Amino acid sequence: MADKILAKDKLGDFLGKLQADYEVYAPQEVEGKPQWAPVEESDKVLWDFSNTHTSPKDFFFPQTEIMMRFKNVQDHENGMVMEAEPPLANKRLLFNIRPCDAKAFQVLDLIFVQDEMTNDLFWKDKRDKTTLVGLACSDPCPSCFCTSMNCGPASTTGLDALVFDLGDKLLVRALTEKGEAVAEGLDDAAEADQAAAEEQTKAAEAQISSSVGMDKVNERSVMELYEAGMWDRVYENCLNCGTCTYVCPTCHCFDIQDETQGESGRRVRNWDNCMSWLFTMHGTGHNPRGAKKDRVRQRFMHKFKYIPVKRDGEIGCVGCGRCVLLCPVNIDVRRVVNDMNA
Amino acid sequence: MNNPYRPYPVKISKTLVETEDKQLKSFWLDFLEPADAQAFQYTPGQFAELSVAGYGEIPIGIASSPTEGDTLLFTVNKVGVVSNRLHQMNQGDVMGVRGPLGNSYPLKEMEGKNVVIVAGGFAVTTLRSTVTWLLHPDHRSKYGDITFIYGARTPGLLLYEDQWREWQKRDDINCAVTIDREAEGWDGLVGFVPSVCEEVAPKPDNAVALICGPPVMIRFTQPVFDKLGWQSEQIIMSLENRMKCGIGICGRCNVGPEYVCKDGPVFSKAQLDALPAEY
Repeated sequence: MADKILAKDKLGDFLGKLQADYEVYAPQEVEGKPQWAPVEESDKVLWDFSNTHTSPKDFFFPQTEIMMRFKNVQDHENGMVMEAEPPLANKRLLFNIRPCDAKAFQVLDLIFVQDEMTNDLFWKDKRDKTTLVGLACSDPCPSCFCTSMNCGPASTTGLDALVFDLGDKLLVRALTEKGEAVAEGLDDAAEADQAAAEEQTKAAEAQISSSVGMDKVNERSVMELYEAGMWDRVYENCLNCGTCTYVCPTCHCFDIQDETQGESGRRVRNWDNCMSWLFTMHGTGHNPRGAKKDRVRQRFMHKFKYIPVKRDGEIGCVGCGRCVLLCPVNIDVRRVVNDMNA
Repeated sequence: MNNPYRPYPVKISKTLVETEDKQLKSFWLDFLEPADAQAFQYTPGQFAELSVAGYGEIPIGIASSPTEGDTLLFTVNKVGVVSNRLHQMNQGDVMGVRGPLGNSYPLKEMEGKNVVIVAGGFAVTTLRSTVTWLLHPDHRSKYGDITFIYGARTPGLLLYEDQWREWQKRDDINCAVTIDREAEGWDGLVGFVPSVCEEVAPKPDNAVALICGPPVMIRFTQPVFDKLGWQSEQIIMSLENRMKCGIGICGRCNVGPEYVCKDGPVFSKAQLDALPAEY
């Protein structure tokens, strides 16, 4: 499908039409921060924002998610009745998602859905029923390093369509069938509009000042990186607070817990984090990652070595920079990776 | 589509407190639905999540062998919320089983070779499954000599006494069961597992060793095998780590890039030598 054009003052009609088929969400100002919210008025949709405060991963991997419900029924011959949670009722559309966040979901697809057994239906159902319409970055912030992480300001991986903000109009580029359904009915873009989008992307790429090297990380063995002396410096400041893991679009570790009230209960999964000592502690009290250094090292090794080794070179980081901005002790992932690569 | 988080409902058909300290209890489980029993096709070395609604799930090695029929056997150490609850459960109670999970011992690659099995304490569970499988008439002829060395601190801490007493009567398995110190009424071997290995002195030629036990046993058994000329590729071990999902997603059981729940729990010593010792 050819690139399409949408006048910004027609956005209300455009989103209104989509809302007949989808629940539409977009970044809007909520409590003073750019955050994801259902679209009610199209003029509340943000255009000038670097990225949302937290990643949109909870659309697919909610912070708390019910996996099944159960009832302990004394007089039932099976004693216990378990019911799986029903799948998502409606189709959803995320409008103006940043390319880095969409790339993160493509990486997570490789982890949540691997084969017949490792087939996370909760994740897959939401992914299948959600359309991602991206917003290319025109003004990356100083903490962005997407271009070092197989991504970029106009990266299309994981997106169904990509929108370029050209001021009073939007260039809409459909990338998949789902994206074509969204762009259908719009007028074709002029060559000048396409050129403007190209220009904007080049300028945005040039504006990304931080770069992170991965060449030596890729060459070195797991043990060589694991035993590197640099970890003794990196872990010292860390508070093991887990903020980085909660805001990270690719962090996906979870815990499973049963909650009961009277005769009935539910099995839920909650976001968990590798910074917690309990995360790995055995029932016997033995803990394979009992020291803070072990846990800090695990997070970086997981993203930059373990995932690439297991997933054909894909990196468990997209360079969104949220952890750089929000770490309370200023641990900078770019510096850590550059140290791993030194 | 199959939901990998859905446990199969099972009924406890029998229980047995296995050890004198009452820490270990065995559970025999029968599937409520014949279709679930069909779907649960496992191989020795695999594990499953035992699921008790309202309490949670624990990963436990499967101690039965598929050659014994559809009934599953698990032996559970009482250490946490779920295992304590399980120890209170009895014959007739209904619970869940999710699996089978993980890889298994390399039974195919072991064909034509002599097999040495070394177990310490309650790490014997999946090795009970393996020995039972190997001794089955359909499989026994595919393997060379089978040696089973098993030790515990006291006679009362040895699991599966009925089984290994049977194995000791057979002439197609060399079965050495030992306890750490002399005990009244014990007429078998006395000595730590590494010393018994030294006496048995299994030859490395055309052989595979499966070794499972507490870290202290592994630490002292390893040099014995090294001295006998065993290579790390020939030594197979089984790991355990804290787990939740059991299918390689939730992120806690990894040893380097390998997930114990999905890529393991069975690894060769050669594989483990190239990984961080986070287990």
